[in-house]
Amino acid sequence: MAKITFDGIEVEVPDGTTILNAARKIGGGVVPPAMCYYTPLKGSGGKCRACLVRVAAGSAKDPRPMPKLVASCITPVQDGMVVENTTSQQVLDVRKGIVEMLLINHPLDCPVCDQAGECDLQNFAFEHGVSTTRYEEERRTFEKIDIGPYVQLHMTRCILCYRCVYTADQLTDGRVHGVLGRGDASEIGTYIDKVIDNDFSGNVIDVCPVGALTDKTFRFKQRVWFTKPMNAHRECSHEKCNGHVTLWYKGKDVMRVTARKDEYGEVKEWICNECRFDKKETADWVLEGPAHVDRSSVISQGHYELPVVNPQIIADLPESTIRDLQQNPPLKLGGLNG
Amino acid sequence: MGRKLLTEHVNVEGIETFEVYRKHGGYRAVEKALKTMTPDEVVDEVKKSGLRGRGGAGFPTGLKWSFLAKPEGVPRYLVCNADESEPGTFKDRYLMSKLPHLLIEGMIAGSYALGARTSYIYIRGELLYVLRILEKAIAEAYAAGFLGENILGSGYSLDLHVHPGAGAYICGEETALLESLEGKRGNPRNKPPFPAVQGLYARPTVVNNVESIASVVPILNEGGDEYAKLGVGKSTGTKLFSACGHLNKPGIYELELGVPVEEFIYSDEYCGGIWKGRELKAVVAGGSSVPILPKELILKTAAGENRLMTYESLSDGGFVTGTMLGSGGFIAMDETTCIVKNTWNFSRFYHHESCGQCSPCREGTGWLEKVLHRLEHGHGSMHDIDLVVSVAKQIEGNTICPLGEAAAWPVAAAVRHFRDEFEWHVKHPREATQPGAVYQGAGVLA
Repeated sequence: MAKITFDGIEVEVPDGTTILNAARKIGGGVVPPAMCYYTPLKGSGGKCRACLVRVAAGSAKDPRPMPKLVASCITPVQDGMVVENTTSQQVLDVRKGIVEMLLINHPLDCPVCDQAGECDLQNFAFEHGVSTTRYEEERRTFEKIDIGPYVQLHMTRCILCYRCVYTADQLTDGRVHGVLGRGDASEIGTYIDKVIDNDFSGNVIDVCPVGALTDKTFRFKQRVWFTKPMNAHRECSHEKCNGHVTLWYKGKDVMRVTARKDEYGEVKEWICNECRFDKKETADWVLEGPAHVDRSSVISQGHYELPVVNPQIIADLPESTIRDLQQNPPLKLGGLNG
Repeated sequence: MGRKLLTEHVNVEGIETFEVYRKHGGYRAVEKALKTMTPDEVVDEVKKSGLRGRGGAGFPTGLKWSFLAKPEGVPRYLVCNADESEPGTFKDRYLMSKLPHLLIEGMIAGSYALGARTSYIYIRGELLYVLRILEKAIAEAYAAGFLGENILGSGYSLDLHVHPGAGAYICGEETALLESLEGKRGNPRNKPPFPAVQGLYARPTVVNNVESIASVVPILNEGGDEYAKLGVGKSTGTKLFSACGHLNKPGIYELELGVPVEEFIYSDEYCGGIWKGRELKAVVAGGSSVPILPKELILKTAAGENRLMTYESLSDGGFVTGTMLGSGGFIAMDETTCIVKNTWNFSRFYHHESCGQCSPCREGTGWLEKVLHRLEHGHGSMHDIDLVVSVAKQIEGNTICPLGEAAAWPVAAAVRHFRDEFEWHVKHPREATQPGAVYQGAGVLA
């Protein structure tokens, strides 16, 4: 076990834990933002530089500070390490710079982007950026590309976090998804005309932090903050998929199906394309209850309410859902459409 | 002229063949190492020599070797970084094409010291003709029994391979080089783990510059202590400098470290002064990524001492008034050089060569290039001059690999030392964009 001090808070974590995960153990406002790191994807992280922190003391043995800011998502903790995140002005300034860099080639047209409302970059820029840009030149743009029947790629919005590349690489057989080109001309490629057609390709939509990879069955059907997320499950015949999903309702219609994400936007259980794209009737699913949405998220503004369910289902609810319900007082008994 | 350790026999007819190289004392170092020394003794000898990495960073080679993890039963690798692509640097190309056996001899001695059974030379893809020279030389070394199974009956075996890159500057960064060598896209890796622990194929690996490895040969021949007597202070031995730009005699010079910069530029023994009788304006002393210095600061340090061609003297004064020795690409610019245009040109190079993996470098290098393009072409504003400095500062130190710094330093240094020239471009766009127009000093601004 290693004991570290993060923003003045002491926390003890197993050896080999990264600084970011140690901070997540503390939770709350001290957690550094992460645009490319994704816990379930091996090798991810270190690219966006949004999570840079200052290491004021390397370890108990060698208490010298590290010369440069380090990416907290890939740097393992050492016993006695002292890390500064929100307490260091240098870190906050650099983070402002990172927001600026990420946004210079990213279109600032959130109102017409399908990801708005659940966009990591939007949240990141809102929390850490400045409201003006110093960039006057033309932005790089690309044509939209259809990759497979369900997914659309719009490279113009891509911040090259490589998450989808790792997903395609690690989740599916046969790599058809990589990065072509170099520097600011690099783009997500699908090897000439080879489209991604396998059972788990839809997961690249969930891992994308921005609106670069979108669900063609959902695109522009509904703003995400008008929909109400519900946790649900079904018996899925696919061996690798256990059918635990979130349904996004508008009225009585299931607008889309996504995997369940935790508070850091990370998918814990991958779902197959059948669950995601083909099962869009309430009858296909066993509803568990409202999915927890952070109060700070724009999605929570719809004030969705607890559906009327029979007591047996409440008894079967997973413990985490019950805890969520208790922690979120705005939930009260009412109809599905509240 | 001082002693030459590397290029002593470079002009001998046929030195690129095994026979002639052997006749001139070649492969003595390998014989000495394999027959009379243990691997640790070889490492100690290199440590004693004080040899510092010749690729740019100047990290002590012996120390780097001693950091190599040596778990039982796991192969280790020595990789030679011959992906020399820094603008202004061409010393490794010269060394490899003229003296291929010197590198091979160094590789054998180095591999023996590190316990590597397979070693690689990763060569820049554009240097196809050098690749052919090396392959021929390696075949000769195999035939002569210096490579392959049981070298010289010592029981030590080594296989040496040459692998060409595909023309990306970024593959000169050691972890990108390893990725490329593994057959992947040449993106630098996140560190830690460092190559000494997990390098090529996730095995402990040492990556050294061509000249560093070649320098092992004279170190073993002369002895580490003798080698350390050459040079000044912690800059020991001799180093190749590739002088280019507006000089009377550009070319490769092997110098004992410690020659004054003034002597190097103006002495007839070396570069022979600035061409066409013009005045020196500025010098980029160690390849395009190190800070540029104006004439006054490259010849004398801020304290008024003579600047010497050593690691310490060139970096005297930090980045405020100093620069770095870097890889030894010495670019001299005469009074007709436009610094703004030159800075834009360097910036264009780094924009083109950024791998695009991490955001500050991917976006920042392009931004720098665009703003500098604007300044050079007379569309800039005073605000843009501060903007490039600010963007450079946002890139520096926040990237995965040193390419971010390499792109940021020259820009920041150019504005630091030649701000008046940038301002002249903003205030007098019409004059500044005339063909051949160059800022002539304070008189024009006044």
